[in-house]
Amino acid sequence: MGPRLQHYLKDAGLTALVAAGLAFFIVGFRTYDIGKGLTFDYQFVDLGIAVVAIFFGRLGLSLAADGHDWPALVLGAALGAVGASPIKLPSTFLHWFVGLAGLLVVLRTIWPWANRGLAAARHSPRGVPVGQAIAKWLGAGLLAVAVVMPMTPLADQKTMDLAVLILTYVMLGWGLNIVVGLAGLLDLGYVAFYAVGAYSYALLSTQFGMSFWSVLPLAGMMAASFGLLLGFPVLRLRGDYLAIVTLGFGEIIRLVLLNWVDLSNGPAGIGSIPGPTLFGAVFAETAPEGSQTFAEMMGIPFSGNQRLIFLYYIILALALVTNFFTQRIRRLPVGRAWEALREDETACKALGINPTNTKLTAFAVGAMFAGFAGSFFAAKQRFISPESFTFIESAIILAIVVLGGMGSQIGVVLAAVLLIGLPEWFRDLGAYRMVAFGLAMVLIMVFRPRGLIAHREPSVRLHPARRAPVHRKGLA
Amino acid sequence: MSAPLIEVEHLTMRFGGLIAVDDVTFSARPREITAIIGPNGAGKTTVFNCITGFYKPTAGRLTLRADREYLLERMLGHEIGQKAKVARTFQNIRLFPGMTVLENLMVAQHNKLMLASGMTVFGLFGLKSYRDAETAAIEVARRWLERINLVADADRPAGELPYGAQRRLEIARAMCTEPRLLCLDEPAAGLNPRESAELNELLISIRDGDGIGVLLIEHDMSVVMQISDHVVVLDYGRKIAEGPPADVQRDPAVIRAYLGTDEGDPDA
Amino acid sequence: MAYFTQQLINAITLGAIYGLIAIGYTMVYGIIGMINFAHGEVFMIGAFISLIGFMICAMLGIGSGAVAIILVLLVAMTFTAIYGWAIERTAYRPLRGSFKLAPLISAIGVSILLQNYVQLAQGARPKPGGHVVEGGFNLFSADGFDVRVTWLQIVIVVVTVVLMAGFSWLIAATPLGRQQRACEQDMKMASLLGVNVDRTISLTFVMGAALAAVAGAMFLMYYGIIDFFIGFLAGIKAFTAAVLGGIGSLPGAMLGGLLIGLIEVFWAGYFSSEYKDVAVFAILVLVLIFRPTGLLGKPEIEKV
Repeated sequence: MGPRLQHYLKDAGLTALVAAGLAFFIVGFRTYDIGKGLTFDYQFVDLGIAVVAIFFGRLGLSLAADGHDWPALVLGAALGAVGASPIKLPSTFLHWFVGLAGLLVVLRTIWPWANRGLAAARHSPRGVPVGQAIAKWLGAGLLAVAVVMPMTPLADQKTMDLAVLILTYVMLGWGLNIVVGLAGLLDLGYVAFYAVGAYSYALLSTQFGMSFWSVLPLAGMMAASFGLLLGFPVLRLRGDYLAIVTLGFGEIIRLVLLNWVDLSNGPAGIGSIPGPTLFGAVFAETAPEGSQTFAEMMGIPFSGNQRLIFLYYIILALALVTNFFTQRIRRLPVGRAWEALREDETACKALGINPTNTKLTAFAVGAMFAGFAGSFFAAKQRFISPESFTFIESAIILAIVVLGGMGSQIGVVLAAVLLIGLPEWFRDLGAYRMVAFGLAMVLIMVFRPRGLIAHREPSVRLHPARRAPVHRKGLA
Repeated sequence: MSAPLIEVEHLTMRFGGLIAVDDVTFSARPREITAIIGPNGAGKTTVFNCITGFYKPTAGRLTLRADREYLLERMLGHEIGQKAKVARTFQNIRLFPGMTVLENLMVAQHNKLMLASGMTVFGLFGLKSYRDAETAAIEVARRWLERINLVADADRPAGELPYGAQRRLEIARAMCTEPRLLCLDEPAAGLNPRESAELNELLISIRDGDGIGVLLIEHDMSVVMQISDHVVVLDYGRKIAEGPPADVQRDPAVIRAYLGTDEGDPDA
Repeated sequence: MAYFTQQLINAITLGAIYGLIAIGYTMVYGIIGMINFAHGEVFMIGAFISLIGFMICAMLGIGSGAVAIILVLLVAMTFTAIYGWAIERTAYRPLRGSFKLAPLISAIGVSILLQNYVQLAQGARPKPGGHVVEGGFNLFSADGFDVRVTWLQIVIVVVTVVLMAGFSWLIAATPLGRQQRACEQDMKMASLLGVNVDRTISLTFVMGAALAAVAGAMFLMYYGIIDFFIGFLAGIKAFTAAVLGGIGSLPGAMLGGLLIGLIEVFWAGYFSSEYKDVAVFAILVLVLIFRPTGLLGKPEIEKV
C-alpha cells in the first residue's frame, strides 16, 4: 500500500481541487438582495469543510475500490461520526454532507461483500430465481397494501394526500414506460398530454357541465389524438432528435395554454372544477340542487377524508388499468414489435414491420394514459394552470421510469415511492429534492443503466419457466 | 428452367461522386441459390440494400415477379418485406439481443399475427382466433428452432447465444417471414468449418425444401462453389461475369479481379 | 425603416450571444454525437460567476470599463471551463458504449442538478447586476424614432467576432483542432494514430464551456438581471440555432445564432412578444422534421 498511498493522496487532492474550483464562486460567495441592489457574504469556511470532506471521501472510495477495506471503513466511520457529532459545523447542510460522504464510503466498502451474499442467495434450493419470485410476491403484496390501506387507521389526510400523489406518478410512470421503456422512444414532452387531459376535463366540465366519468374517455382520446398528430411527423427522427422535438412540443403546448387566454384563461388558470361523483353523489358537505352527497346516500356522517379515499380508489383503479393493459399488450404482436424497435429499428424494417405506425401506436397509447391521469389531476386539484405542466414535470416522470428500470412495472412503483414519497415525507429535504433527482439520474445511468429492477420476463415462452433468470442485455 | 423471380436491370447507385453500383443487370430464379461475389468494395452489399429498400437506387429497375409484379425501387423499406416478401440478413448480425430467441422468431411473424390479433383489439380481449394464431406461430418458430438446432435455447436472450448460433437464428428469423426471396449477406463469415458445413446444408434445404430463391453474398469461395447454382461477379460496382460456378471460376476477368492485375489491388 | 434598423441591431446582439452558446452544442455533437443538454446550465453558471466577478471588481475598486470586463471574462471562462470538464468526466465519459439514450438522460440529470444547486447556493430570486458599460449614441433619426446603438452592443458584437475568429483559427490551424476534426471523423482510427481521444473530448467540453461563460457574461450585461433558470430557455434557443445552422458545423452555429436572434427579435417586434418563444420552438421542430441537417450541415448516410 506504501507507494500506492501517494497515488491515492494525489488523486484525492486533485478531486478536492476540482471541487474547490467548481464551488469557489457559486458557493464561496453568496449573493443576496439589500433593497437597492446586491451584496454578498463569504462562505469560505463552509466551502473549506466541504472540500476537506470531499478529499477524505475520495480517498476512502479509492481505498475501498482497491480492497483496502479496513482503512476505508475507518475513514468512512470517522466522516460519518463528524457528520453526526455535536461538533458545531457552520450549517446543518454540512452535517449532512459530511455524514453522507462517510456513509457513501462505508457503503462502497461493504458493497462487494453484500454482492457476494446476494449472489449466493440469488437462487433458492428449487432453482427458482429469487429475484423473479420476489418481484412477483412484491407486486401482489404491494397491491394488497394499496387496496387495504385507506381502511386502516393509517389513512389520515396527510397520508392519503401523499398516496394519491404517488399513485398519480405511478400511473404517469407506467404510461411513459410504454413509450420509453418498451418502444425506446425518449419522450421529453410527456407532460403535454397530461395537460391536454387536464384541460379537456377542466373545460368540458366547467363550460358544458359534463361529468368526470363521461369526460374521462374523451380526455384519453383527446390526448391520444394529440399524440398521433404530434407523433406522425416526428417519429421518423433519430432518438435524440426525437427527444428534443418532443421537448419542443411540450413547451409549445404550455406556452399556448399560457397565452391563449380565451381558451385557457391564461396564467390565471381554471378554477372550481367539479370533483368526480359516485353514482351521482358528490363528495362535499352540502350537495348542489338536485343531487345528494355521498354521506347522505350512505347515511353516514360527512368527513373530508371520504373525498380523498374516493379519489384514492379512482387513481388506484386507473393505474391498475394502465398496468394491466401494458402487461397484456406486451404479449401481443404490437407490444413485441415495440420492444423489437427499441432493440433494432433496421432489423424491424427488414422484417416488414412498419416502424412509423408501430411507434405511433406506442406514442398514442402512452399519451392516452397521460390524458386519463390529467383529467384525474384536474378533478382532484379543482384548479389547474399552465404552471403544473412545465418541463420539469416531464423530467420527474422520466426520472421515475429511468430509476425504476426502463420497461419494469414494479420498478416504476418503487421509484415513484422513492422519488415522490420520501421527499414529501421529509419536508425539510424539499429544497434538496431536485438536486437528488438530477444526481440520481446521472448515477443510475453510470452505475446501473438498467435501473433498480433489471429483470425482464419474456413475453412468450417455449419451455414452461423454471430456468435461469433472463436478464436484459441492453437497450441499444 | 423456371422464370426469373427477381430481375435487376441497369441498377446504378451513386453516393455523391462515388459510383458504388454501376449499371448492373442480373436475375435470380426460384429454387436456386444465386451468389454475388466480388472483392471488397465491389458494391455487393449496396445491391442488397437497394433490393431490400434501404437505399433508393439512383437509376435502374428491380422487378420481383410473383403473384404480381412488384417494382421494388418504388416501395418503402418495410413494404418490401411485408408485401413483396423479400427477407434479408445483415453482414454484422442484427438480432434483437435483449429479446429471447423465440421472441425474435415471433417478431418476424408480426404482420401475420397483427392481422390475427385484429390490429390488437381481438388480442387484448383474448379472443380464441388470436390465441390459435399465436399457437400456430409458436409452432412455426419451434420447427425452425429444430432445423437450426436451438430448441433448448428458445427462452434465452438472443444476445447471449454464441456467434454461430446467432448467424443461424438470423436466417431462421428471416425465414419466419415466409419470404419468396431470401438475401443473405455473408452468412458464413466468422464460422468455423463445421458450422460452415451445417450452414451449407441449411441453405440447400431452404432452396430445395422451402422452394424459394436465395441471393447470397459470400467471400468463402468453397461455399460459393459448393452450393450456388448461379454466380454473379461484381468488381468496382460493375458486373464482370455471370454464369454457373464452374464457368465463372475459369473466367479470366474474374481471375484478374481476384488476383489483381499489375495496377490492381493484390490483397482483394 | 428606423424601427426596422433598431430591431436589426438588437437582433444581431442577441444572435451573437446565442451563437456563442450554440458553438458548445455543435462541437460536442460533432465529436461524440450527443446533445449536451446541460450546456444551457453551464451558460447560466457562467453568468453567475460573471455576476459575482463584477461585484468583486466593484469591491476592489475596478469600477468600470475594459479592465473589469476582461478580468471577469477571463475568470468566468476559467471557472466555467472546470464545470465543462467535470461534467464530461463524471457524467458522460463513463457512458461511452452504454445504450444510445444514456448520455442524453444523464445530461438531463446534470441539467436538473446544476439548476437546483445554483438555486440552493444563490437563492431563487432574480439577481440584478453587471451594469458595467453604460451609454451609447444615436445612429440616426427618422420618422421621429431614434435608432440607438449602445456601447454595450458594440462590445458584445466585437467580443463575439474576435472569439469566433480566434476559435475558427484554433480549429483550422492548430494540432488541437486537427485532433478534434480527426476524432469527429473516426474516433477509433484517431486513437490508433496516437490521438489522445479522452483529452481531445475533454478539451472540446472545456472550450464549449468557456465560450458559454462569455455568453453568460454578456447576457448578464445585456439584460442586467439573471436567475438560476435562464439556462433552460437560452440553452434550447442556442440548440435550435445549432440545429438550424447544421449541427456539427461551426459557421452553421454562428449563422444559426444570428437567425434565431433575428427571428426572436422581429417576431416580438412585429407580431407578439408572448409567442416569440413558441416561434423559436416551432422552428426547432420544423427544421428537425424537414431539414435535420440544417442549412450548412452535411447529410448522413445510414450504414446498414
